[in-house]
Amino acid sequence: MKSYLLPEFKIIRDDDRCIRCQVCVRQCGFGVHTYDEENDIIISDESKCVGCQRCAVFCPTNALTIMTNPYEYRPNANWRKEFINDVKKQAEGGGVILTGCGNDKPYKIYWDHIVLNASQVTNPSIDPLREPMELRTYLGSKTNQLEMVDGELKTVLTSQVMIETPIIFSALSYGAISFNAQTSLARAASEFGTLFNSGEGGLPKELRKYGKNAIVQCASGRFGVDPEYLNSSAVVEIKIGQGAKPGIGGHLPGEKVSIPVSRTRMIPEGTDALSPAPQHDIYSIEDLSTLIYALKETTNYEKPISVKIAAVHNSAAIASGMVRAGADIIALDGIRGGTGAAPKIIRDNVGIPIELALAAVDERLRKERIRNKCSIIVAGGFRNAGDIIKAIALGADAVYIATAALVAMGCTLCQKCYTGICNWGICTTDPWLSKRINPDIATKRLTNLLRGWSLEIKEMLGGMGINAIESLRGNRHHLRGVGLNKWELDVLGIKGAGE
Amino acid sequence: MKDLKNIANPFNDDKVSANCSIFGMMNLSGTTFSGKDILTAIKNMRVRSNGLGGGFACYGLYPKYPDHYALHLMYNTREAKEISENFIDKHFFITRAEEIPTKQIKEIIDPPEFWRYFVHPKTELDKNHYDDYVVEMVMTINTQIQDTFVFSSGKNMAVFKGVGFPGDIGRFFMIEDYTGYIWLAHGRFPTNTLGWWGGAHPFNILDWSVVHNGEISSYGTNQRFLEMYGYKCSLYTDTEVIAYAADLLMRRHNLPIEVASKILAPPLWNTIDRMDKKEKELYTSLRQVYGGLLMNGPFSIVIARNGEMIGLTDRVRLRPLTAAVNSDMLYISSEEAPIRLIDPNIEYAWIPKGGEPIIGRLSEKKVIYNEKLTLQDLNKEA
Amino acid sequence: MNNLQNGTSIKIDAKEIFYKDLNNFILDSALKGIKKIILNNVFGQRYIASRLYNIPKIEIEVFGTPGNDLGAFNDGHQITVYGNAQDGVGNTMNEGEIIIHGHAGDILGMSARGGKIFVRDYVGYRAALHMKHYKDKKPIIVIGGTAQDFIGEYMAGGIVILLGLGLKKGESHKPNFVGTGMHGGTIYIRGVVNSFQLGKEVGIVELTEEDHKIIEENVKKYANYFNKDVDEILNNDFIKLIPISKRPYGKLYVY
Ligand code: SF4
Ligand code: SF4
Repeated sequence: MKSYLLPEFKIIRDDDRCIRCQVCVRQCGFGVHTYDEENDIIISDESKCVGCQRCAVFCPTNALTIMTNPYEYRPNANWRKEFINDVKKQAEGGGVILTGCGNDKPYKIYWDHIVLNASQVTNPSIDPLREPMELRTYLGSKTNQLEMVDGELKTVLTSQVMIETPIIFSALSYGAISFNAQTSLARAASEFGTLFNSGEGGLPKELRKYGKNAIVQCASGRFGVDPEYLNSSAVVEIKIGQGAKPGIGGHLPGEKVSIPVSRTRMIPEGTDALSPAPQHDIYSIEDLSTLIYALKETTNYEKPISVKIAAVHNSAAIASGMVRAGADIIALDGIRGGTGAAPKIIRDNVGIPIELALAAVDERLRKERIRNKCSIIVAGGFRNAGDIIKAIALGADAVYIATAALVAMGCTLCQKCYTGICNWGICTTDPWLSKRINPDIATKRLTNLLRGWSLEIKEMLGGMGINAIESLRGNRHHLRGVGLNKWELDVLGIKGAGE
Repeated sequence: MKDLKNIANPFNDDKVSANCSIFGMMNLSGTTFSGKDILTAIKNMRVRSNGLGGGFACYGLYPKYPDHYALHLMYNTREAKEISENFIDKHFFITRAEEIPTKQIKEIIDPPEFWRYFVHPKTELDKNHYDDYVVEMVMTINTQIQDTFVFSSGKNMAVFKGVGFPGDIGRFFMIEDYTGYIWLAHGRFPTNTLGWWGGAHPFNILDWSVVHNGEISSYGTNQRFLEMYGYKCSLYTDTEVIAYAADLLMRRHNLPIEVASKILAPPLWNTIDRMDKKEKELYTSLRQVYGGLLMNGPFSIVIARNGEMIGLTDRVRLRPLTAAVNSDMLYISSEEAPIRLIDPNIEYAWIPKGGEPIIGRLSEKKVIYNEKLTLQDLNKEA
Repeated sequence: MNNLQNGTSIKIDAKEIFYKDLNNFILDSALKGIKKIILNNVFGQRYIASRLYNIPKIEIEVFGTPGNDLGAFNDGHQITVYGNAQDGVGNTMNEGEIIIHGHAGDILGMSARGGKIFVRDYVGYRAALHMKHYKDKKPIIVIGGTAQDFIGEYMAGGIVILLGLGLKKGESHKPNFVGTGMHGGTIYIRGVVNSFQLGKEVGIVELTEEDHKIIEENVKKYANYFNKDVDEILNNDFIKLIPISKRPYGKLYVY
């Protein structure tokens, strides 16, 4: 069938600059560029191009410009280009449209409508470079009270995990991402004193030495889950849902299940790895409790148990139930959370923004006086240190980042993660492409990002006259809304700017 | 329900802030002395206040009624008095009720009326729940009855406070005529509100009285943390939050003051990292569990309860505090000058380290500061 | 106002005199040619000597406890306090000398650009904060005891000498964050400081002949003012702290 779709990207090659080195030919895993020896020209098949910019970055003479193809249909506010093209795609293929990365629709991003405070006159701002500025955070369930008898501490807290910055790498599973990419995340987390999350694809044996910095997931597919896996971690996370695809399972195609992936996931090579939509031993809240305590037993109560859910309409009530079920950490993933593969229709339409979910959950847990019983980690589209510090002030203990970490390693959000071809070597198990991630360099890029954001958080804390992050947690007085309706301000629990 | 917020915080600010002078003095043997000296001392720091609030707290002034809760109330109207008295009558056995004597002076314009009641709870509750009962009643009066405010509710203690310079407030209440073994004083320099009589300091709840200087940047965190334990922060002040924190930690959670002060002003993590195992575990747990009560930002405070007076500053000492001793007397003040003014024979005056409490304890008849030190070391201690 | 004039010197009983009136009186006296002013019964009056700008040098002796900002913006006068001083001694001082027979409070010599301060005992938080030197002006602070945290914070110039008198043998100095943010000037410390007490911007270096001369010269003055044994003080090791880089934060920013 002839496709009626036009190429999404346009490739312009400046022939005066091109030296026919063929770097672009080798760099593009999608086979866009080919060299025609006879005529000594490079030919580009634009229909295959995903706009990842790999060839443009590596072209030694800067000869390439990759841009969105500027063609236009007749303007139509309802039938926008994207929808016309999706219909065409489905008319030609007859399936569910698959995509990668987070929701790219223009839902209101509340971070962009919240501003922070700073000290003036009545109390001093603090210089974070010269004075102490503490970001250390402990994840885990706290009690409401410490008991002391004759100067001796009687209360023993359940396990707590220390992080030196409230930024954690979110779940990225081996198989979805390359071994080198996961290695870089593990090394960066361990160098910086924070955590990485194995995702649901198991933890390769080679990375178990970074277990002290690992959150290992136990998801519906239970890939690679055995007692050794669970015990080589800092935190065990039960994955109920994911912001990019609430209520949906996962499917790692057999082509990506290489020998090492099969070893780590403990499934035969080349078979599809299916994650069922629900965890089939959790059909209700008391079942969640059963699994939480099963994991606690297996790990000898040495690890906090996290439960991760997608932010949905009644997250607050669900979170309350999760805490009562024994979760030490609640992880919330908002509508802008990323994914390696999800049905586009789900990614773009299901769930709620993380800002609102976080505000509601924190408030609800406080009203029920159980906020101390858990830590809250939030995820879903955190783009910079400003988003993160606002989340802390709304009530989060820490923030999960995944997309930002991938971007630090080279990702340009081309959204083709599900193809198994990733020109940046991140979202692929192809050995040739995977080599593009050099763990030494990628680790440096990741620790640089953590350092830069942590410094920025310190700067902002200092500006507010605060020198320990716990004094900002839930401190909504330091936030004001700009351009928000009353109901939005109410849900966020903040005043409008100028109020 | 009355709109206390509108009175205490008319501009709906996040909170009401003030910068102030504070002074506390205690006789460690429990010998009582008149309010004359503290009046002189707080007047000496007049430049630290601006006439929008001043007040005093005194402990040990009602030896005739040591076991009664002494409720001190202000009334703006006749009606307020009637409603409040009915309420008190309904919930307490009143042993004695009297108007608090005041002197008319030209600096104090249009004051409310003041009454005190020596009471026992009228309740089926067990004796060890009396304190909670009184807290609840006080919160009810303060948040529900118009034109009324409870200044203090502890035993054998009183708070006298109002709108004006502390010197004038002291003369107005004739505090020279009272004797006690602990006195606190406060001169206020509010940042963002006009004064009202109930909003002056010291702030009191039950036995606790607090005077405070500075502004806490962690207020929102502290307030929301305390709300989880049932405290309603209705006055929007740091002082109120500190008093509730003291009540929670020391009365309800029964933690010693030495520990409680390390919650309000904890050591830095890198200091904790250098501690031995046991100490490290304690301090880490304190920050993990009570991190929401870290008072972050500049503060110096003096807290008193029956038998104890405590001075403390934030952990990087952004607000000043000086302490001094002379035989049985302990002084804690924003500045050294007023101490020397009222007691020229001071033996030791020293500047306490940030986050290190100074504790005067009646039962042990001594001053505790940085447990590793004896009093004789203090003049060397930096 | 109760005062007693004797040639070019005058005695004042400052009790219950508001600081503004007291400073008026000091200024008037100086303008009349008085060279020495003795203030008795000082209890918290602020800004002593701050008003004496562009006036030939006078001496002020303070008995009691002067208020905050003693000698702030001091422009060349000598102030001697017989007692402890509160916060802000020599704040942004330009020239002159302040001698404290006791301890001093926080931010001693903050932003001073010249002059000398001698404190017999210890000092509070943030002494010598952002002190600087410029051309021929070089402030010097000598502290007999130890200090509280953040001494030399942001220090950009000048000299601090911390003698540690009164510390037990082997006992380390008290402050943490010594010289945090320091980017100029020198701190000499007699006695023990642990490396965790130092700010990340400073380093310990060897003393030169020149350093010993500076120390000796100023310790002599100190000993002379407070009647201490010079040799005993000098007969002890000093360490020297200087900023290790003029731009310790260069790597903080990306463009
Ligand atoms: S897919 Fe990427 S590498 Fe290939 S042509 Fe397009 S931009 Fe270049
Ligand atoms: S990489 Fe650049 S220079 Fe090399 S062949 Fe491609 S377009 Fe030409």
